[in-house]
Amino acid sequence: MRTRRSTLRALGLFAALAAVVVVLPHFVSDFRAQQFAYVGIYLTALIGLNVLTGYTGQISLGHGAFMAVGGYTTAILMADHGVKDVWTIPIAAAVAGVAGLLFGLPAGRLSGLYLALATFAIAVATPTVIKRFDGLTGGGSGINLFGKPELTASLTPVESFGLKLSFNNWLYALSWTVALIAYVLAWLLLRGRTGRAFRAVRDSETAAVSSGVNLALYKTLAFGVSAAFAGAAGALFAIATTFVNPDTFPVSLSIFLLVGVVVGGLGSLAGLIAGAVFIQFMPLWAQSVSSSPGAPTVVYGVILILVMFVLPGGFAGLLGRLESLTRRGYDRSRGS
Amino acid sequence: MADFLQQVVSGLASGGIYGSLALALVLIHRATGVINFAQGEMATFSTYILWTLTANHGWPYWPAFAVTLLVSFAGGIGIHELVIRPVERGSVLRIVIVTIGLLLLINGAMTWIWTGEVRYVQGPFPTRTIDVGGVAVSLQDIGTIAVSIGTVGLLWLFFQFTKVGLAMRAAAVNPAEARLVGVRVTWMLGLGWGLAAVLGAVSGMLTAPSAILDPTMMQVVLIYAFAAAVLGGIDSPVGAVVGGLLIGVGLNLLGAYVDFIGSALQLPAALAIILIVLMVRPAGIFGRREVKKI
Repeated sequence: MRTRRSTLRALGLFAALAAVVVVLPHFVSDFRAQQFAYVGIYLTALIGLNVLTGYTGQISLGHGAFMAVGGYTTAILMADHGVKDVWTIPIAAAVAGVAGLLFGLPAGRLSGLYLALATFAIAVATPTVIKRFDGLTGGGSGINLFGKPELTASLTPVESFGLKLSFNNWLYALSWTVALIAYVLAWLLLRGRTGRAFRAVRDSETAAVSSGVNLALYKTLAFGVSAAFAGAAGALFAIATTFVNPDTFPVSLSIFLLVGVVVGGLGSLAGLIAGAVFIQFMPLWAQSVSSSPGAPTVVYGVILILVMFVLPGGFAGLLGRLESLTRRGYDRSRGS
Repeated sequence: MADFLQQVVSGLASGGIYGSLALALVLIHRATGVINFAQGEMATFSTYILWTLTANHGWPYWPAFAVTLLVSFAGGIGIHELVIRPVERGSVLRIVIVTIGLLLLINGAMTWIWTGEVRYVQGPFPTRTIDVGGVAVSLQDIGTIAVSIGTVGLLWLFFQFTKVGLAMRAAAVNPAEARLVGVRVTWMLGLGWGLAAVLGAVSGMLTAPSAILDPTMMQVVLIYAFAAAVLGGIDSPVGAVVGGLLIGVGLNLLGAYVDFIGSALQLPAALAIILIVLMVRPAGIFGRREVKKI
């Protein structure tokens, strides 16, 4: 009955989270709503990265590049083809997914640090490549989306379900809806045969092959799926910033995504949310500690190192430990 | 032909710099099993120490150079002791994140201490050129090649012919058995980090005269060093140096003679080298294929 209990628990957690997401905007300012919208965007990307790093054990330092593919797909569709912003998101996910599959084909042969270096190379090259194809991407000056009719709620608030939503509130609702859909999709994908194959690849590639897991297929698939989520996040990012240029998706974005997934803790939704919150709020918090030049970066670096010292499994590991402690206490009080 | 040879010499000079930093990466990879993403920032930090000593305190170049190497050596050991050792037995992912934290920490510290303003470091070699059989060779290039290759050579002698060098190699190849025969493995790993910091310092100090010194100075050089280490084989010290020289000369020639690449696309070209090598021969030129036991 273990599976059923965990399924029920996942559903309960999911429902509770959805409720929080719906209620939250009524209690926070417009500015906060925008910040929480970015948390939702990072969460979408982290859910994707978790498929790759958490389940398949492959390190990617290049997921910012797949976000860039998604972001530019959205920007080009909106600016040049008049597609409404919401409808560009699935297209952006599909395009980034295909890019991920194509990169995953050769990358499937690499493992561990070699893959980290290869993906890092992709992330570093992305801004230069975007500038090179300036006919499509607008080069260094980028593509401006602000004030375009395709951008929902950018000029006038939208009305839905009898609520007047400002741009930031609308952004918040959109990004968290996408994040929750992404979570459900990832959960459906990972709970069955595919998830088992991914985990087998992570635990031992050699053993996985001997048990009949098609290594190349599942590694490539993990890359594609994970890139598709990053693409959706990139699309949201472009919509949220109403602007894309080569510096919208810098190397540091790729690095911070990996930081988020490790600090949050691989594998659990609560951990991934913690990671997304970390990506969004830690730089701001470091800024508030000291604003003299360079100091926030020092604070960020120190905290990152300390978190890795204290929480080897990230925040998810901490939650897991707390949970097992309380459960042990509960069992003892029942005298079992 | 003269122009071609000139390009080769200046390529060798930058190649020596890439090779030293690549060798630093390889040393740490052999000792700790990870790629040290903070290696570039560590090198830049050392270069700032040199700048402080020469420009602020009026030291002559070579004493400042030697003191910088000593401080870097101590700094490398300190970083290993304080930051790396606590996570050394953990997962690769955890150590990678710690080196990224270190990168941010050192980068921010440089801006904090020295501000982000650009500084200029006077090189020890004259910038004039001399004529060698019709080829104009810059003395700065010759000096750069001599110092980088000299450092690497000294290091090779140290590893081959001293007891400590042997112990360090043993600790890297098989820590458990090395410990059984009385090698203090943890010290050796720390020593590896110290030597890597020294190599990084050399590459940083050689880069500075022909670049501007700011907290991001070595970030691009680090990418070239990655390419060099991958090309030579990430486990092979000889490979790192040869890879560095090949990358230096190759990129210089591509930049000079292939219009499409020029100077703007040199970085993507280096990245393309990384990707192609990883696809075709992941172990690099001198590396050994990994054999896994279950």
